[in-house]
Amino acid sequence: MKKGKDKDQSMIMDLIAELRTSLVATLLLAVLLCGVYPVVVWGVARGIFLHKANGSLLYHDGRIVGSSLIGQEFKGPGYFHPRPSAAGEGYDAAASGGSNLGPTSQKLIDAVAERISGYRTENGLAENVPVPADAVTASGSGLDPHISIANAALQARRVASVRGLSEAAVHKKIEARTEGRDMGIFGEPRVNVLLLNLDLDGKL
Amino acid sequence: MDIFGWIQLALFVAVLFGLTKPVGIYLARVLDAKGATFLDPAIRPVERLIYRISGIDPDREQSWRQYAVSIIAFSLVGLLFTYAVLRLQNLLPLNPQGFGPVRPDLAFNTAASFTTNTNWQSYGGESTLSYFSQMVGLVFHNFVSAAMGIAVAVALIRGIAGHSAKSIGNFWVDLVRINLFLLLPICVFYSVFLVSQGVVQNFQPYVTAEVVERLEGTADSSQTIAQGPVASQAAIKMLGTNGGGYMNANAAHPYENPTPLSNFIQMLSIFLLPSGLTYTLGRMVKNQRHGWAVWLVMTLLVLAGTFAAWSSEAAGNPRMQTLGVSAADGNMEGKEVRFGIFGSALFATITTDASCGAVNAMHDSFTPLGGLVPLLNMQLGEVIFGGAGAGLYGMLVFVVLTVFLAGLMIGRTPEYLGKKIEAYDVKASAIAVLIPILFTLGFAALAAVSAWGVAGLNNAGPHGLSEMLYAYSSAAGNNGSAFAGLNANTPWYNTTLGIAMLAGRFLIIVPVLALAGDLARKKRVETSGGSFPVGGGTFVVLLTGTILIVGALTFLPALSLGPVVEHFTLYGSVRLF
Repeated sequence: MKKGKDKDQSMIMDLIAELRTSLVATLLLAVLLCGVYPVVVWGVARGIFLHKANGSLLYHDGRIVGSSLIGQEFKGPGYFHPRPSAAGEGYDAAASGGSNLGPTSQKLIDAVAERISGYRTENGLAENVPVPADAVTASGSGLDPHISIANAALQARRVASVRGLSEAAVHKKIEARTEGRDMGIFGEPRVNVLLLNLDLDGKL
Repeated sequence: MDIFGWIQLALFVAVLFGLTKPVGIYLARVLDAKGATFLDPAIRPVERLIYRISGIDPDREQSWRQYAVSIIAFSLVGLLFTYAVLRLQNLLPLNPQGFGPVRPDLAFNTAASFTTNTNWQSYGGESTLSYFSQMVGLVFHNFVSAAMGIAVAVALIRGIAGHSAKSIGNFWVDLVRINLFLLLPICVFYSVFLVSQGVVQNFQPYVTAEVVERLEGTADSSQTIAQGPVASQAAIKMLGTNGGGYMNANAAHPYENPTPLSNFIQMLSIFLLPSGLTYTLGRMVKNQRHGWAVWLVMTLLVLAGTFAAWSSEAAGNPRMQTLGVSAADGNMEGKEVRFGIFGSALFATITTDASCGAVNAMHDSFTPLGGLVPLLNMQLGEVIFGGAGAGLYGMLVFVVLTVFLAGLMIGRTPEYLGKKIEAYDVKASAIAVLIPILFTLGFAALAAVSAWGVAGLNNAGPHGLSEMLYAYSSAAGNNGSAFAGLNANTPWYNTTLGIAMLAGRFLIIVPVLALAGDLARKKRVETSGGSFPVGGGTFVVLLTGTILIVGALTFLPALSLGPVVEHFTLYGSVRLF
């Protein structure tokens, strides 16, 4: 009996010791991993890649007009249009996210049908021309800055006619804002919509 | 399924294979308290200092029970630490957006989530948490929970490799060494690489941009762009297979995963440590064929999942194609243009093979079979490379069961690397396999018949069931990815998911440590010609079969009612939900 009691007591002492070690180790590791580490990375990142560490921001006349990585809404016919966005009310860069609608969702299919007819009308496309998938579906982040090359090409005529430019000139702009696969292998070729529109406005 | 996808896949497997041995060797040194590494001059003094201040005796050997008590004590303190940080974030520094305190049920859910390496997120990061909460409250667990997983895996390997031993190591030494010598140094370089790709790392308030086109009918012509110390968090969230996004959209967000190259490296970093650990296993038990056999089983299952998800996403949504969407483009809902179909399908497979749970596309919007892959991956126990450490100890539990089944088939006492597998070991293994199943199916069933469960759904019909099933599979499997349409930020969901996460972590770790302790205690007998070989083709087939049969038998009925029905509805009817 007495021996059992001793054993219980020593187990409690062990537990207290473990909790004390846990507490001290938590604080020490927190200082290192949650203080020193992110601040060192911050310092180094600022030293080498200041522009990127601060969000790849774009300026015009000294004012911030966006980030080259973050998509923006464009609706006017003279601009290239980005993908539909489910972030907040659309391209809300403080509330990223997708629609999260599943493949058999009535809401999703209805929305896509509406976007398809809108896309065909504004770009003067015949009923039998397939519409690029990225033009009528929302991205995962809701902030996708890119569209596919096919999507940009189909919008070129509209933008050219509104701006009084030749189609060839607009295609040239598209080409200039096209990013290829990384290292020729990774990912997909794409067009940065914000940069392309800024370029058209002569604000780059 | 274009040629560039195949090239990227081949490259991925090749690079992973190439890194496995060097990482495995380095891991073995880190996990040996006396092991020498090239970082010793810089880090040894810090290591000793931490031991001294914390009162850790690095020479002390722990029994499996003591090891378990240390883990539970440390996790409890960490859980409370994060809970406190979240509840008090309005009083703590680095809160430029002035976010208020996190609600109690959400704070509990989030603290449980990060303590258990799950990183399920009922909240949107950039709209809920301060820089301090993310950088301290969450990143702390991103490091230590990964280290804990690796520690348990290695304790189990020590048990297998031991000979009439009482100890399976010292948790505190494992914890400190894994953080200092492994995770931290890699993350410093990795974070800087991520910044070079465009991931942000700053402490400034959210940026307000004046948008280029002022839209009619909108009062505001500005765009608020969330900022923060993202790179340092994104690095460890991947390397530690945590997966908790800084931003709501996680690795789909351009600030968290800006380029296809950063995407490729992020995928690699999820598998880096789990893959290296298979080599460490072979090295420590002195049977490298066994280590590679385990690696091969994992790789084959990755490839199978990738083909299934990729082909289904590439085929796209037939309903959209009827309306006029280009069939060649595949299913782009919820995906980023820069990653495309392949980059999203591979990421989804990897993040759920491992217990990472970061997403670069919205799984909720995948095609039915494309979404089935991540769901089934989690239900198989996340042993396909799996979480940092957690994947390997989960897989070794399946190895013990495989050896046991093989023993039954040939009528011999089962034996694993010279250790007799007895009733105690099989029971411990069976418990570890059954716990996540129990909590996944139990809670999913409860949610499906409860008003609170159905109220959270974003989709109706079979897809709605998938959303609930996915949530509890993710929680009990400590994955953290979601069919994110589900609004789980309610007291019922937050609490049940929190319980599932804690059970899926600690009710597995304890039996695994018990198994480690029991194996350590046993005498090691010489393997003879009659021993079941754990290195050849037969073993690979049997182990793969055991994993698939246990997973399939358990979850097929539920999966049939979710993604499988949805698939046939999508192709065989005009019905929508």
